[in-house]
Amino acid sequence: MEDKTASLEALKDIKSMMERSSRFISLSGLSGVFSGVFALLGAAAAYWRVNMAPWAIRDTHTQFGTGKIVRIDYDVAVFLTLDALIVLMCSIALAWFFTRKKALKNNLPLWSKHSKHLLINLSIPLVSGGLFCVILFYHGLIGLIAPATLVFYGLSLLNAGKFTLEEINYLGLSEIILGLLSLFFLGYGLIFWALGFGLLHIVYGILMYLRHDR
Amino acid sequence: MKGIIDQLDKAFESRVRLGLMSVLAVNDWVEFGELKQLLDVTDGNLASHVAALEKKGFIEVRKKFVGKKPNTSFSATKQGKEAFANHINALEQLLKSQG
Repeated sequence: MEDKTASLEALKDIKSMMERSSRFISLSGLSGVFSGVFALLGAAAAYWRVNMAPWAIRDTHTQFGTGKIVRIDYDVAVFLTLDALIVLMCSIALAWFFTRKKALKNNLPLWSKHSKHLLINLSIPLVSGGLFCVILFYHGLIGLIAPATLVFYGLSLLNAGKFTLEEINYLGLSEIILGLLSLFFLGYGLIFWALGFGLLHIVYGILMYLRHDR
Repeated sequence: MKGIIDQLDKAFESRVRLGLMSVLAVNDWVEFGELKQLLDVTDGNLASHVAALEKKGFIEVRKKFVGKKPNTSFSATKQGKEAFANHINALEQLLKSQG
């Protein structure tokens, strides 16, 4: 019986040491939950602002099929960009905060070769996707921006998932599927954004919190 | 029953060595400082366990200089990986046998 407890302990030690040494496991589920909440708030703000200008709705409806918008009000574009940037910065700040806290608790470094790999592998597809969307905007293909952000974000997560908790892979796959689906519903980008960046982050964040953070 | 216990490798009895081999089983080359932090041990303690495993031919040591600072890395040898895999198997057998 004692042998059994000892070997179970040893196997647990081995597994935990393999995980600690080969992946960045300090990523906190709470950061996912909070970025999801920020995304929902951001989407609500965007919805409110767009509805303030009745023509904007009419124009979004004209983009069915071609993904083309006739004109976009400069003020609305600036508001939406600022809105997205604020959501992004709040999310990154809180992700950093919770992940740092978890790393301290696990007695693991925040800045290691694993977190470096994670960031590099996340950034390359993510920045490509960002530039891709800027170019879509330049061509006036506004309706394609939401699907493209979701698909590129999903691919980035999938690429980074190898270096961190496995749930990130599934979050990535879900974002890709949602992004592809949203291509069939051009004009509803905001709703898909709220689902992808809001709801999915919250769901996977809670899942990660329950499995790894407690 | 006795047979399974005999299969457990004495070289991995210490927690530090078990941890050391676990890290090296899933990573190519790992630096001394990183191992020290992961295993939460002192320089001397790690050095003595490393020496013991090196003597058995389970790990390989690579020393090089980064500027003026010596930099030592470790890697598990094929023999070391096999021995460690056998050890894990034996542990699992032990668990099953006593259901």
